[in-house]
Amino acid sequence: MDKFKGSQNYVASEELMRAVNIAMVLQKPLLIKGEPGTGKTMLAEAIAATLEKKLIVWNIKSTTKAQDGLYVYDVVQRLYDSQFGGEGVDNIEKYVKLGKLGEAFTDREQVILLIDEIDKADLEFPNDLLWELDRMEFYIPETGRTVKANHRPVVIITSNAEKELPDAFLRRCVFHYIEFPDKELMAQIVRVHFPSLDEKLLTQVLEAFYKIRQLPQIKKKPSTSEMIDWIEALIHEGVDPGRIVSEVPYLGVVLKKNEDMDALRRNWR
Amino acid sequence: MFEEFLYLLRKRGLKVSLTEWVSLMEALNKGLHNSSFTGFYYLCRCLLVKSEADFDCFDRCFLDYFKDIPFHQEISQALLDWLEKSNAPLGEYDEQQAELSDQLSHNEIEALLKERKNEQREQHHCGNYWIGTHGMSTFGNMGMSPKGIRVGSEAVYKRAFRVAGERRFRDFREDSTLDIRQFQVALRKLRQFSGLVDLPRTQFDVDNTIQDTAQQGGMLKVRYKRPRENTVKILLLMDSGGSMEYYSSLCSALFRAVSKSGHFKELKIYYFHNCIYTRLYKNPIIDPRDSVPTDWALSNFSEDWKVIFVGDAQMDRRELEGHYCGHGEEGPRCGLDWLHLLRRRYPHIIWLNPSDRPNWGEEWSHSYDAIAELFPMFPLTVDGLEAGMRKLLVR
Repeated sequence: MDKFKGSQNYVASEELMRAVNIAMVLQKPLLIKGEPGTGKTMLAEAIAATLEKKLIVWNIKSTTKAQDGLYVYDVVQRLYDSQFGGEGVDNIEKYVKLGKLGEAFTDREQVILLIDEIDKADLEFPNDLLWELDRMEFYIPETGRTVKANHRPVVIITSNAEKELPDAFLRRCVFHYIEFPDKELMAQIVRVHFPSLDEKLLTQVLEAFYKIRQLPQIKKKPSTSEMIDWIEALIHEGVDPGRIVSEVPYLGVVLKKNEDMDALRRNWR
Repeated sequence: MFEEFLYLLRKRGLKVSLTEWVSLMEALNKGLHNSSFTGFYYLCRCLLVKSEADFDCFDRCFLDYFKDIPFHQEISQALLDWLEKSNAPLGEYDEQQAELSDQLSHNEIEALLKERKNEQREQHHCGNYWIGTHGMSTFGNMGMSPKGIRVGSEAVYKRAFRVAGERRFRDFREDSTLDIRQFQVALRKLRQFSGLVDLPRTQFDVDNTIQDTAQQGGMLKVRYKRPRENTVKILLLMDSGGSMEYYSSLCSALFRAVSKSGHFKELKIYYFHNCIYTRLYKNPIIDPRDSVPTDWALSNFSEDWKVIFVGDAQMDRRELEGHYCGHGEEGPRCGLDWLHLLRRRYPHIIWLNPSDRPNWGEEWSHSYDAIAELFPMFPLTVDGLEAGMRKLLVR
């Protein structure tokens, strides 16, 4: 069995790598929770890249139904075709289009399936997928066909905890909570993105960034992606590293709310 | 193996099921803990715990259950051999050194150990610096230091305990036994679908399409219909402050459940203190600067809104019947009048009460009874909420 050890573009903590490997060996879905911007979605990309497998992304929206992931039976198309005497109208199979889950099942090789932001969907959504994720198969009544996974896909599920997930669903998952990276790990992550970054700039930015995060008055705490954007802005404008902690230039990249900006200006010393 | 641990977890309130336990056994069989105790800790955690809010509780159970279990850690074989084969004579007990070592914290000792592990190249015994036997240093074997980490033989270098002992997830605890999900599920019962809403016809109408196509002798005629939509509008009025403080976690669970269930057509939340008077407040702080007149609410929310009160309905008689608020001659003169006004205006109205009927103090039971007589009252529990939802849906 291949092992996940983080990738060139993704720095994973030791705990996260353990969780990924446990999920792969036990063939259970891996449920990833964590603050926004801790790289939940990027994890699946990194796993796919490391294991050199295809990544199939199923983005969940508030209107997504479990059925959409399995297959869609295009009745309207078939009706139209029957009107105009199209070829193969008798063949219902032609009008059954597989969804993302179906795609992942029928692929000739093992794939990575990312079910992104599962909590966006309806409350019952996870329950509707229990059987399919457990047995890795589903039945299409229209054609009488059972779609069975050729190879169990590696399933990664992310959640922002907007809604509670049902117990029955949780019981089948391996769970990992991505903590916000500490300074050391953050420095590693930044170096992956900016290999030739000036050490002095890095230490200054890290100091300022964690100082901002620790201010209790800040409502929306900046995340890793904001940190990366900020460094990019600082490099682009050629800001002197000495000014960063004292002046916090380009604050708009880090904080997105007016009230947070004001809070920072009042409490920064 | 260690089934007791499962029961300990369950006793402390973690809902670990047999499915998860069997998965753990399977994982151990497959060697997923990498034969290390730290690995075992992470394995248990990611299989048995499903919310970061429970991590802290799990950490404490883990510490309690496994604290006396010896295990081995990754120490270089050479070092272990020195320790094993040592038959050095007993060293001298050094009182000064003992005192110094006693002041070190576990973290400091561990940092020192890490340092030494990298530095040490040869055997040492009876000393107070290196990893060795019979010495005064804070690590090694058969040592005499009052405090320290034992290395080798029955090695007890408990890194996993340190991880668990840090209790990094303390802040995530919710300490609420109430499940928001159960509330959410109960709230979902509050649905009234109507095809009469003003929406474009976008949904494929199978029945009418078949009907019309057949009527035209097989010429296809596609029909669309308006999507059905939940038409329920909710006005949530919550009592805030004073005696309601006791129930704040319960009320916040309800609040989170209500505000997270996005299936209502409209949802408005206002606060009041004890009873409704001339103003409704937008914040639980009850700040008059951030409020709306109750009259305004009554005229802007039509009678098809469903009203849910949350409050303990316990107040002073004057607060309910006293004439110190209101509009002079016409209109409501006291809190009870306001409640009557709301009752008449909204046919679908319930009162959820987190508290039981008080058995003591005539004052409290008086207001409780008066309000229970006026509104259908339900306890603020999952069952009570479900019953209340059914009541709200009766046409």
